Amino acid sequence: MDTLRGFALLLLCQSAGEALSRGLHLPLPGPVLGLLVLLGLLQLPAVRAPVAAAAEPLLQHLSLLFVPVGVGVVTHLGLVGQFGGRMLAVIVLSTWAGLLVTALVLRALSPADAEATA
Amino acid sequence: MQNVVELWVYLSATPLFGLTATLSVYVLTQAVYVRLEHAPWANPVLWTVVALALLLAATGTSYPSYFSGAQFIHFLLGPAVVALAWPLWQRRAELRRRALPLLAAALAGGAVAAGSAVAIGWALGLPGEVLASLAPKSVTAPVAMGIAAQLGGIPALAAVFAVLTGLVGAVSAKYLFDALRIDSPEVRGFALGTASHGVGAARALQVHPDAGAYAALALGLQVVLAALLMPLVLPFLKLF
Repeated sequence: MDTLRGFALLLLCQSAGEALSRGLHLPLPGPVLGLLVLLGLLQLPAVRAPVAAAAEPLLQHLSLLFVPVGVGVVTHLGLVGQFGGRMLAVIVLSTWAGLLVTALVLRALSPADAEATA
Repeated sequence: MQNVVELWVYLSATPLFGLTATLSVYVLTQAVYVRLEHAPWANPVLWTVVALALLLAATGTSYPSYFSGAQFIHFLLGPAVVALAWPLWQRRAELRRRALPLLAAALAGGAVAAGSAVAIGWALGLPGEVLASLAPKSVTAPVAMGIAAQLGGIPALAAVFAVLTGLVGAVSAKYLFDALRIDSPEVRGFALGTASHGVGAARALQVHPDAGAYAALALGLQVVLAALLMPLVLPFLKLF
């Protein structure tokens, strides 16, 4: 029951986020505003157990949710054929750059971690 | 034989096909992945996408007819973004304590990932609409689509780039970090969540609980930061 209540809460927050985003013409997408609404609601102890029950399984299987979009690559086979190698090079190199910069900045600014890995 | 063909034509046109195929193939690849002790190259999203793309090609099923079923899974991305509030809230004390380093790392990593993608893409001569679709690739797919649309990119292509970015991180980060001796699970997880969002975070969650928590934290931060900063950077990007 907690799971269902939690899922209803997630959807209510997302709906509130969509309403805010459209109603006030905010540049933030609805689900992101919903995330912020839920962060506020989590101050109330009563919502925590239901939210945990719905959020944990959803986030645990997060990677499954990207499959339908990933399969969408079949609709861009023309572009892939034309620029595939270059697009892959861009994605690989920029992802490595992002991974490294994040890791190095965080390590440089966290003395405890630097000691642990030294 | 005639009946089998008719049955296939009927079944493949209903949402049942896309939903069943997605879920069954994912369950299979996930089982193989677990069996191979979470080897990065055996990433279940990667192999599910490959298998489904081949299945669609082999059966002559169009993407829209596949998506009529798969949309039920796709829809859950919205509530999943909202659900990121939970790991953020759980780690709020840590987030407050390490706010500055975490924010600095998230900003620097996000900016470098997006900036280097556009710069390398431009240097390699990719067309403008592809560049605009590459810019938000480190943000999770549903948010990336919105950003790409505002930049004049192709939302569906941006989503594919976002998923590919996640896969590159999930498949290669372990080797990259091992080679450079970045050992702390928190740092590794945070970098995965920042530079390769949901698919990377999912990988971190499977490998180490601390890495997973920091990946979820980074994912949530990246979504909020990108959405907040996008309107500020937008006019500048439109100059290109």
